[in-house]
Amino acid sequence: MSEHHIVSPKLYLLIFGTLMVCTILTVFAAEVDLNQYFSGLNVIVALTIAVFKASLVVLFFMHGKYSPKRTQLVIIASVFWLAIMLFMTMSDYSTRLWR
Amino acid sequence: MHRTGELFGQYKTLEQQRETASLGMWIFLSTEVLFFGGLFMTYTLNRSTYPDIFSEASKTIRLSWGAINTVVLIASSLTMAMSVWASQAGRKKALIWFLVATLVLGTVFLGIKSIEYHDKYVEHHIPGWNFNFEPGADAATNAHTQLFFSLYFGMTGLHALHMIVGAGLLIWLIRESAKGRFTPEYNTPVENIGLYWHFVDIVWIFLFPLLYLIDRH
Repeated sequence: MSEHHIVSPKLYLLIFGTLMVCTILTVFAAEVDLNQYFSGLNVIVALTIAVFKASLVVLFFMHGKYSPKRTQLVIIASVFWLAIMLFMTMSDYSTRLWR
Repeated sequence: MHRTGELFGQYKTLEQQRETASLGMWIFLSTEVLFFGGLFMTYTLNRSTYPDIFSEASKTIRLSWGAINTVVLIASSLTMAMSVWASQAGRKKALIWFLVATLVLGTVFLGIKSIEYHDKYVEHHIPGWNFNFEPGADAATNAHTQLFFSLYFGMTGLHALHMIVGAGLLIWLIRESAKGRFTPEYNTPVENIGLYWHFVDIVWIFLFPLLYLIDRH
């Protein structure tokens, strides 16, 4: 907790409301065939919404926005590591078989 | 001593002491990212290899349960954040009630998960336990759909385990709050257990679309 920035209940409620809207949105988006427009669009939309929701939780519920820079560095580092693992492993596998 | 939030040991200021505790929890959470990340990696590789199988298998888990659970868990994050606020504002009764609400919502989540797991048991969708995807399924279909269900149980099971640990932590927090231990000057455990709880919520925020929302059209 940074030097006494106390997040107000009103902001928490606003974030909660946004998260609820995003949840409804992601369920409805799943029920529309977006893959006809662009292969894999459904999962891209679903994950984009999920990343947005997770960001709201990290920034506001977990006080990420109000944390010292070194804490924010740790947060970014974890995400960065995850991204490397997913990206590099998938590029390994997807370039293995010649079809 | 650290149990009362007084300045102690190597810390120069209270703010440094508090920030260090929080940083410690965040570093632990980054190891949790590694932990869950491995399963998400497995999921990514297997789904990209067998997209149709994952699509088929995913349709047999009830979307409504998953959606309700998502709402329940996000609501529990709200009540957890509110309990941190209550401790910062010195509102002891509100603190206890918000913690209790978080615990209740977490338990509801676990209750719904048990219903889902029971459904899978009845449908013979538990890998290694009389698994049969559907009547008349051939060996190849069973082999591949078991991939999805292994991941389903592995990922939601690991998540549920974290929820149970979180519930235990909440029970401890409620007891300590009742003793009046947390004040505007000292509420570090509330804050940091809150961080843990929110992290478990974030894992679910990704699990929900990946397991329940594959090709629902």
